[in-house]
Amino acid sequence: MRRPTRVLGLLTLALLAGVCQSFWAPGATAHAAVRNFAITFLRKKYHFNPEILPSLLETHPSNLGLAGAQEAIYEINTAGKFIGWNFKLNVVTVPDGGNLAAAAGQLLAQGPKVIIADLRPDDLLTLADLPSAKDALILDMRTTEDRLRQQECRANVFHLLPNQAMRTDAIAQYLIWKRWPRWFIIQGPTKEDAVYAADIRRSAARYGAHIVAEKTYDYNPGSRRSDTGYQQIQTQMPLATEVGGDYDVIFVADETDLFGDYLPYNTYAARPVVGTQGLVASAWTPAYQEYAALQMQQRFDLFAHRGMTERDYGGWLAVKIIGNAVMRADKTSPMPMRKYLRSKDFLVAGYKGQGLTFRRWDNQLRQPVLLSTPLMTVSMSPQHGFLHPGYTTDTLGFDEPETKCHF
Amino acid sequence: MPFLGTTGRRTAPVVLAAVLCSFAAMVRASELFVTNEIDDTVTVLNGDTYKVIATIPTDQRPRGIFATPDHKYVLVCDGDSSNIDVIDTKTLKVVRRIETGPDPETLAMSPSGDKVYVSNENNALVTVINFATGKWITQIPVGIEPEGLAVTQHGRTVVVVSETTSMAHFIDTKTWKVVANVLVDTRPRIAQFTRDQRLLWVSSEVGGTVSVINPRSHQIVHVINFHIPGVDKEYIGPVGVRFTPDDRTAFVALGRANRVAVIDARTYKVEKYILVGQRPWQIAFSPNHKRLFVVNGLTNDVTIIDVSSLEAKKSVPVGRLPWGIAVVP
Repeated sequence: MRRPTRVLGLLTLALLAGVCQSFWAPGATAHAAVRNFAITFLRKKYHFNPEILPSLLETHPSNLGLAGAQEAIYEINTAGKFIGWNFKLNVVTVPDGGNLAAAAGQLLAQGPKVIIADLRPDDLLTLADLPSAKDALILDMRTTEDRLRQQECRANVFHLLPNQAMRTDAIAQYLIWKRWPRWFIIQGPTKEDAVYAADIRRSAARYGAHIVAEKTYDYNPGSRRSDTGYQQIQTQMPLATEVGGDYDVIFVADETDLFGDYLPYNTYAARPVVGTQGLVASAWTPAYQEYAALQMQQRFDLFAHRGMTERDYGGWLAVKIIGNAVMRADKTSPMPMRKYLRSKDFLVAGYKGQGLTFRRWDNQLRQPVLLSTPLMTVSMSPQHGFLHPGYTTDTLGFDEPETKCHF
Repeated sequence: MPFLGTTGRRTAPVVLAAVLCSFAAMVRASELFVTNEIDDTVTVLNGDTYKVIATIPTDQRPRGIFATPDHKYVLVCDGDSSNIDVIDTKTLKVVRRIETGPDPETLAMSPSGDKVYVSNENNALVTVINFATGKWITQIPVGIEPEGLAVTQHGRTVVVVSETTSMAHFIDTKTWKVVANVLVDTRPRIAQFTRDQRLLWVSSEVGGTVSVINPRSHQIVHVINFHIPGVDKEYIGPVGVRFTPDDRTAFVALGRANRVAVIDARTYKVEKYILVGQRPWQIAFSPNHKRLFVVNGLTNDVTIIDVSSLEAKKSVPVGRLPWGIAVVP
């Protein structure tokens, strides 16, 4: 079923491209001159060992994130062609171990200082803290770390994906709605696992859940490829999840996918797994199709020949946001763009049934968060009944009174 | 059949009544055709009793629906099957299928009914089809995810709105060229001309507004905002738009706000919000304009609003995820 659809779609696209050339050439609008706008896509090629992924079904395409931005460039240029704008994506890839500060410094000197950052937290901060980046606009399409929205927030950085606390709140609201308030936390060994676990505790306190037990899992299961791998897992996981006291769910904090995917069906008690694995919270999954997301998924698949991941969605959002600032608000330099993004006039549509806007206190994009398994969208938070005087989406993550961000 | 009670005992008036009845049955009451996106059916309701007359199976994912100007047929876009189902309004059966190209979402027709305009959602195209032959006349590239279509009274201009590009595109039907593009608020859904053709209203679902456009200058002359006490702004998603015959009042379905707004179309002031079912989507008048039918996507029903009192009178069940409505007198 899929293949003919795709071929037909490609043919139509090809046809469309042909038609468009002749169609747009005379200029369908009153704008005589086309104005150009360049967007920098800055990424670093981090060393990645695919063998650490527990499942063979997990893939790591080299254009992860970038493909979303490229698809969005096509989309905003479709609009731009009608009103005299042309956008170009300049992709800059710093090799693993390369000097990011030097590369970024060069880019900032050339201008324009509008940068989509596909970078890990420390590199993002390196970029943001360059003196020449002070008046830049940096769209962080990748990170989820709380600290970048709290103590280490930066006025020149806007965050597009939900941070860790938004994610645990999104799951927590659903668990409360389900009346599953007794949680057992199992956390991995990394610093980020500790942050995520702290967020689980914070969510529990916010919504009246109880932490029945906590455990740390800090050895490497590492037995995926051996013939007896499943036997090892089958004995390890029940041990790791055996605790006193009954609980409704296991809330797992394993940000590096070390062991969390081994938990379902291997736990000591017959309880569902939620958190960084099991039922996960995210901005986007390739399975999501509500609120016309189906159209987005089909367009992306046609373009990239694979499913659209959360990082692709981040890249897509970044370009769409810049497109809005340029074409809707006529903002073409970074400082007025920053002001616009923080204003009441700004809104971006992201297939969530509502406009997405930025929180003024930490430049985090407020948004509904998906709760999904690999094949299905289970729910979307905020859940019905969780109220807020401003935006119901501000029930997720750090609200203004609790922010530690001071630009 | 009120006159049956006064026929007396004699045979002739009974026969006459029977003849009249069969005539009445021939010119039966108006009918409401509602597309059910998930069920792959069209529910047909009697326009007086609101009873289900028929449930017509369609191809996959029926959404946009349009009655031909002579009311002989109702056309239904089947998004996942890339065609239009043509329903005969007498037999209530699908009598024909017309190929549309990928993912048709909505459709409209030329005033004479000779041409069908289809928005191809996945391919950023408007396909123009000769209704009699089913042949494609042309395809016009527009913005991404085109949806609502509006045709001027004389058929010179077709307007299509594109949800992702957030524009209203004006197409000249002589040259088939896009002659103007108006950027509106995010995710426009429906375009509707006032009956006097002087203004074009475009609803923006995510932007939460309605743009009023001068179709000659292609300028936005007003933007209508909605404020409903107790309802968050994010839930206000304008979709279906209809005007009373005198153009004085407009009705706008507000999606997840679960209400229909009643707007003074001269001052643009919202006069009332009428609570209906959940996620009202498309709306349509009864032939005498005394009733407004509101299709509620999440509660699987149609709310009937009395236009003079502006009250929701009742809701009647239809299929699952009802989307669009066409009324045949």
